[in-house]
Amino acid sequence: MSALLGLLRKEAYHIRRDRRTLAVLIFMPVVQVILFGFAIRTDVENVRLAIVDPAPDHATLALRNRFAATDNFRLTAVVPRVEELEGLFQRGTVQQAIVFAPGFADRIARGLPARVLIITDATEPNTGSAAQGYALTVIQTYERDLIAQQKTASAAGANVRIVLAVRMRFNPTRESSNLFVPGLMAFILTVISALMTAISLTREKETGTLEALLVSPLKPWQIIVGKVLPYLAVGFVSVLLVILEARLIFDVPLRGSLFLLLAEGLLFILVSLSLGILISSRTSSQRVAMMGAMIGTMLPTMLLSGFIFPIESMPLPLQIVTNVVPARWFVEIARSIMLKGVGLAYLWQETLVLAGMAVVLLVASTRSFSERLA
Amino acid sequence: MRRILSLARAEVLHVVRDHATMAQVFMVPIIQLLVLSNAATFAIRDTPAYVVDLDRTATSRGLIRRFAASGHFKIVEQSDSQALSNEALLDGRVTMVLTIPHDFESSLVRTGVAPVQIVVNAEKGSAAGIVQSYAGRILASYSAELTSVLRPSFRAAQSLSPPPSRGSPHIDVRVRSWYNPTLDYRDYMVPGILVSLVTLIGTLLTSQNIAREKELGTLEQLNVTPITRGQFIAGKLLPFWALALIDFGIGLTVGWLVFDIPMRGSLVLLFGVAAIYLVVALAIGLWISALVETQQQAMFVTFFVMMVYLLMSGLFTPVDSMPRWVQLLSEFTPVRHFVQISRAILVKGAGLAEIARPLVILVVYAAVMLTLAVRQYSKRTA
Repeated sequence: MSALLGLLRKEAYHIRRDRRTLAVLIFMPVVQVILFGFAIRTDVENVRLAIVDPAPDHATLALRNRFAATDNFRLTAVVPRVEELEGLFQRGTVQQAIVFAPGFADRIARGLPARVLIITDATEPNTGSAAQGYALTVIQTYERDLIAQQKTASAAGANVRIVLAVRMRFNPTRESSNLFVPGLMAFILTVISALMTAISLTREKETGTLEALLVSPLKPWQIIVGKVLPYLAVGFVSVLLVILEARLIFDVPLRGSLFLLLAEGLLFILVSLSLGILISSRTSSQRVAMMGAMIGTMLPTMLLSGFIFPIESMPLPLQIVTNVVPARWFVEIARSIMLKGVGLAYLWQETLVLAGMAVVLLVASTRSFSERLA
Repeated sequence: MRRILSLARAEVLHVVRDHATMAQVFMVPIIQLLVLSNAATFAIRDTPAYVVDLDRTATSRGLIRRFAASGHFKIVEQSDSQALSNEALLDGRVTMVLTIPHDFESSLVRTGVAPVQIVVNAEKGSAAGIVQSYAGRILASYSAELTSVLRPSFRAAQSLSPPPSRGSPHIDVRVRSWYNPTLDYRDYMVPGILVSLVTLIGTLLTSQNIAREKELGTLEQLNVTPITRGQFIAGKLLPFWALALIDFGIGLTVGWLVFDIPMRGSLVLLFGVAAIYLVVALAIGLWISALVETQQQAMFVTFFVMMVYLLMSGLFTPVDSMPRWVQLLSEFTPVRHFVQISRAILVKGAGLAEIARPLVILVVYAAVMLTLAVRQYSKRTA
């Protein structure tokens, strides 16, 4: 036991002495959460709109004014012919175009269908759909106002109408930061923790000091624990700061228990550190360990944890694959505690999975480490 | 030139000899491209829904059938308990609860208006808005159908009395989705993920390269050779530039064969731009490498840079949605410009004229970064 304590002391010295790296470890997550918390948004606003109006009349002008008046659109081009749109779309100066057919006002006055074409750049499908929805609403409102002007009040009540009452639970304003900040926390903590431990053993291998550890009375599991524990403390400080930031800067609600969130955060850091140590025990050079930790954790965690892209949208085989991504479970836990305010009664399965992962990863790294010993 | 080539040869040998690195450079990106391209989608499949039907009439059952048949919703559970539905929403089994009040049908017949309520789990942001618009569409078409069934008297009265004018104003709206009419996210994401993988590999390989030579002490040996600073950087850049370009080509082939991504524009143009872009990405890597002392520091700086690349360049979430100041910052990430260019060329079929602005930025960027990298590497050993 005293040998383990000795190793812990040595690791703590290493961390403390290298002030620059320590500052990086603690403050990088903080800076990243601020930067990316603002950057990651999916709201569609200020759609760049082009109007194609070959023969302007009072009705097309009225409709154009309505488009210009909404916050959702920004009028960037008015062109006389449809042929000119292609270049505008390719350059990206325009995301959507409203094309009026000639004689628009005239046809409305005579009760004939007046034609409008909405052309949308659907390269990014969701932005495209949202922009289409906005444009349809503007045109339909205009149409309804025209009808209301013309019709007498009695005829208007003839249609059956089902009124939709919508309640957005857990995130009523659909604020992007409420959605992304808890996920971002999970993501950044995974990568940074995996990076912390990924090179810890390989560096000792490269510098040859691992030999010294191997001939010491320390058992393999003690070496692993000695390497992980000090970083757990560093990671916990990051968790605290990041949660504080989510509350203070992004005003993400914390409806559940802070204590539970911190405990789950600690458990999650442990899993990520164990993942790093496993990479470290399997690789021989810092270069390979580092590439493994980055390539192995960064993109898969970003894309498969449900942090940006909803897991329900993925094809079924991939949904099954996401189960092995630790961040997936913590994203779920963090969102549930912060936004839904639920407790352990709802989250025990996720917690159990994380705990199981920690055990498996630690045992695996101890084993691959002892194989090396032989 | 001979010096550059022999340094480049040494670098190639280093990578080729190391099987783990070879696998990381060639296999991992392809596997990730194949898997992750399917993951990066905001498409909304059938939303699991809970129905609380307090009315239990033909009309309310008809509404539930419309929801089930729409293809947007999957009715997972049904009961008349609000408490149970809340439970299901909390533990995540369902994303939406549809509640039909108990005087739904009678109120429709009497007054022509009746409410229904949907509660959406808005945890997942934009998806909630789309769920709402689907529900709205179903209700609109169902009410139109019901008008003739429930209130025939009104219909009859309406058709008997001559309409006040020749017809009510009617606007005929058509909608076209250009460039991606099937709204397939893969057409959009495959070029993006390919760019990010090539960037990731290239930056990682270069950013720890000089730092590693510093740690091993072999940089000293290079410093005493007659090689100039420019030759040194060129020799380091060239092999990784070629590797990354090969990676890009392989990835593009995979995208074409497996995902059938559109290739409307000129591939020659795309490769030309990729060649310029990779100079920028790799020069940034080398600059980082010359700046730091250890591989660990190099790794953390690279990590930070990569995060900025991935999250602020419009790869996954559109640049247009970002706040103004972040959009300005994102102009400094080369990835943003290259992603924009490759999507414009591949998906929209843009030519040189249409991509001129981002291309000029990339060229300027390449010149600046190369100069910085050369200047940062000094042969002094102070």
